[in-house]
Amino acid sequence: MVYIVALLSVIFLGLAVLVISRMAAVVKSTRGPVEEGRIGMSNRVNAALFMVFFVVGLVGAVWSFWYASDFFLPEASSPHGRRTDFLFWLSMAIITVAFLVTNALLFFFAWRYQHREGYKAAYYPENHKLELIWTVIPAVVMAILVFTGWRAWRDIMSEAPADAQVFEIVGKQFNWIVRYPGVDDNKLGAYNYKLIDNSNDTGIDYTDQASFDDFTSTTELHIPVNKPVLLKIRARDVLHSVFIPHLRVKMDAVPGMPTRFWFVADKTTDEMRNITGNQDFGYEIACTEVCGRGHFSMRIRLVVEDEASWQAWCKEQKPLLSSTPELAARIPANLKAKAAKYLPADAPAAPADSTTASTQQGGGVSIARTTIR
Amino acid sequence: MATVAANTATVAHVAEHEHHEPQSFWRKYVFSEDHKTIAKQYLISGIIWSVIGISLSVMFRLQLGFPDMKLEFLRPILGNWINESGKLDPDFYLALVTMHGTIMVFFVLTAGLSGTFSNFLIPLQVGARDMASGFLNMLSYWFFFLASAVMLVSLFIETGPAAGGWVVYPPLSALPQAHPGSQLGMTLWLVSMALFIVSQLLGGINYITTVINLRTRGMSFSKLPLTIWAFFLTAVLGLISFPVLLSAALLLIFDRSFGTSFYLSEIYIGQTGEALPNVGGSPILFQHLFWFLGHPEVYIVLLPALGMTSEIIATNARKPIFGYRAMIASMMGIAFLAFIVWAHHMFVTGMNPFLGSIFMFLTLIIAVPSAVKAFNYITTLWRGNIRFTPAMLFSIGLVSFFISGGLTGLILGNSALDIQLHDTYFVVAHFHLVMGAASAFGLLAGVYHWFPKMFGRMMDEKLGYIHFWLTFIGIYLVFFPMHYIGIAGFPRRYYAFTSYDFTKNIFTDMNSFISLAAIFTFTAQWVFIWNFVYSLFKGKKAPQNPWKSNTLEWTTPINPGHGNWPGEIPAVYRWPYDYSKPGAKDDFIPQNVPYSQTPESNLPHENELIGLEKEIEAQNLNDQFKQPH
Repeated sequence: MVYIVALLSVIFLGLAVLVISRMAAVVKSTRGPVEEGRIGMSNRVNAALFMVFFVVGLVGAVWSFWYASDFFLPEASSPHGRRTDFLFWLSMAIITVAFLVTNALLFFFAWRYQHREGYKAAYYPENHKLELIWTVIPAVVMAILVFTGWRAWRDIMSEAPADAQVFEIVGKQFNWIVRYPGVDDNKLGAYNYKLIDNSNDTGIDYTDQASFDDFTSTTELHIPVNKPVLLKIRARDVLHSVFIPHLRVKMDAVPGMPTRFWFVADKTTDEMRNITGNQDFGYEIACTEVCGRGHFSMRIRLVVEDEASWQAWCKEQKPLLSSTPELAARIPANLKAKAAKYLPADAPAAPADSTTASTQQGGGVSIARTTIR
Repeated sequence: MATVAANTATVAHVAEHEHHEPQSFWRKYVFSEDHKTIAKQYLISGIIWSVIGISLSVMFRLQLGFPDMKLEFLRPILGNWINESGKLDPDFYLALVTMHGTIMVFFVLTAGLSGTFSNFLIPLQVGARDMASGFLNMLSYWFFFLASAVMLVSLFIETGPAAGGWVVYPPLSALPQAHPGSQLGMTLWLVSMALFIVSQLLGGINYITTVINLRTRGMSFSKLPLTIWAFFLTAVLGLISFPVLLSAALLLIFDRSFGTSFYLSEIYIGQTGEALPNVGGSPILFQHLFWFLGHPEVYIVLLPALGMTSEIIATNARKPIFGYRAMIASMMGIAFLAFIVWAHHMFVTGMNPFLGSIFMFLTLIIAVPSAVKAFNYITTLWRGNIRFTPAMLFSIGLVSFFISGGLTGLILGNSALDIQLHDTYFVVAHFHLVMGAASAFGLLAGVYHWFPKMFGRMMDEKLGYIHFWLTFIGIYLVFFPMHYIGIAGFPRRYYAFTSYDFTKNIFTDMNSFISLAAIFTFTAQWVFIWNFVYSLFKGKKAPQNPWKSNTLEWTTPINPGHGNWPGEIPAVYRWPYDYSKPGAKDDFIPQNVPYSQTPESNLPHENELIGLEKEIEAQNLNDQFKQPH
């Protein structure tokens, strides 16, 4: 490191001397008109520098690619991810060839056809055949890339299979909240943003009995391996974007417009620990749409486990209704009996006027129980 | 005879113009209606803005490259944006990113590039006395100046400037509770952009009108230099797309200040918690409106640079530009397609996937005309006789950036691949190369090439070479490694990469390297600024036609005055790219040389055009000096 710094300092010093001496030369030189048509040494130097730049640049590009490649596209754990990874490297191969050929020609021609005294450039204004060739070739290559990409896109964005396990993920400033459909009915209940308060941070609507066994978490999302998973995505306040790098999943969370993304995770967290050789490995979910001060730290952990342990884990979790029994006040009278099993036996009797109740629970914030027209 | 009479009238009028009352300092240099002065005003404003804009990027690169660095030394400038522990405030980090984007895209590469060179070159290269409306042109600059003033002020207010990214997506930008930058800073941003758009529209109308109506005798569209074609198409793009941004901004102003719900729906926000009453709006609507400008904006920035590069490469390769008509056709194709690809910025916003498919097809089509342009530049160099002026170096650099940055567009334009790479550093690297660096090189090439015409003096060539090599190398060092960080999945607009295992302790050296390269590149720009300022006052006097170029601006006096040409405006007989024509004694034949004077080099079909010369000379509709005013 010291040597690199020393080397760089020498280079910078050299450049600074070069620039300053040149500036001094400019200041000293007479202010007469320039002599026309004199093309000298600097033309040859510049031409040569293009070739030097190309060769050194190529070495640098190859070396840096090799150096950085350890961290490229972290191990994909979803079938669709491996498919897009393949397409990515295919496209990369094609554009690398194009990159090398065109840049090589550009710099080579610049060097090869530098000014020579007494030489006259070719008068070569057009060639329809050539132009046709280099219109058609990119068009064909593009067509192939588009077609393969489109098929992958169509499959990834298709409707989730009917047996997909549903989860909900809600973005807010500045964390994610996941809601599980619950072990009893495995169905997500309805929600309404006007019901959000400190005790009910995703706005679960308890007039829907599917909500009773739902539970939430702000720290972990547990999903089963090798099973289609459908993420229902929404946002509470501003735009966010769900990004699961290892699963190649990304979809914006939009307030007022629920979005979704389905995928299959086919490597459990433990398997990934073995594959990556990192015993601390954990899947993560990040935010990729700028959302304010804490945008860079909206982390929530994702745990992929086999179906049996996933189910066992889910059974251990308490429905939100059980951990926050005051929410029972929001349950309409005709469903009270169905909710009873989620409530502790000594649950307070529901007050008759539910509006007052939610005012008290809202931590001083009044939330009218209106539904959207 | 009529011509002779008209000629006398012009000379008389010009003489009369020369006896105008000497204009006051204010009318001559400040509220000037002369396109050349307005161009210089745009250029100098653009240079000042670019210094500010790039400085902002250096500040956030310090944070990204050296997260542990004490930034106390910035406290005199940034005040409390440096917190007690000597670190950059995360809110201000976002403000820096936002203002860097806004300033570079709109104030430097739109106003500074297109404003400077469209104003300067359109009248000079089409052979007009001035713009169609000097007054609107003056208004255009002063609206831009106002916009600049408001934007500059917003940098210094207590809650900080706008901070939702240069795309200012609502609801973040619409809700003052969401971020301090969405308070007064955002209001000023919107006011400034509204003024800016007015300025662009006034300018654009003028450019289009001038190109259509004020071309000199014989200057048909098929004889226009590619610069003018590029400026013309750019102005058309701007005229169609900027009003859409204005409407997006207006609706955002309504949402912010008047309680409407265009972009807002079902929002619960704030530390204390508040459910907003707004329902039925859509944040996606804003994104559609924004990118309907935002994508053409990429080409508004890039096309002028490509146009000037065509001119500079042909001149300095001493060869006709290869495929003049194909170049025009591809620019038209790009300009048209620019309007129907905007949603490729929105593949993962939750937009209908079917729309995603359509926009993927359209986006990858735009690669075809772009590829044609790149191949044509390369073929123009082939068997040329290349003279490496600084302008030529920057043009070749532009072609290299255009290729390198453009190619990764094939990956990002593919919606399936965009899922992983969207909003990562891969995107940042892509657009900085193809749009940022390429356009900036166009701007620099243009300054080096037309400096003699603008100021009557030459810039120092050797300092130009040094500037080029340091910048060219520096930009590749900044943006080439950035692709790697993107492929590793690093998201953009992150204050720090310490919160996630997949970014923690990875590429810290690479980020430091990029920051060092950015500082290096920024430092190199002072060579240019020194050269520019010094040459402005003490540069060597420019000869009549320093680059031996064919276009009309070099037929004006070295320091062109009011009306550009003393006496008659020259007529045009040939296209602008007769370089190294076989048989000709020089290696260039300017556009105003009739075929009848060059029998030794005429091609067979050109000999037939000799008969039309009288006809061309007889037309004289467009000289503004011959019209009553």
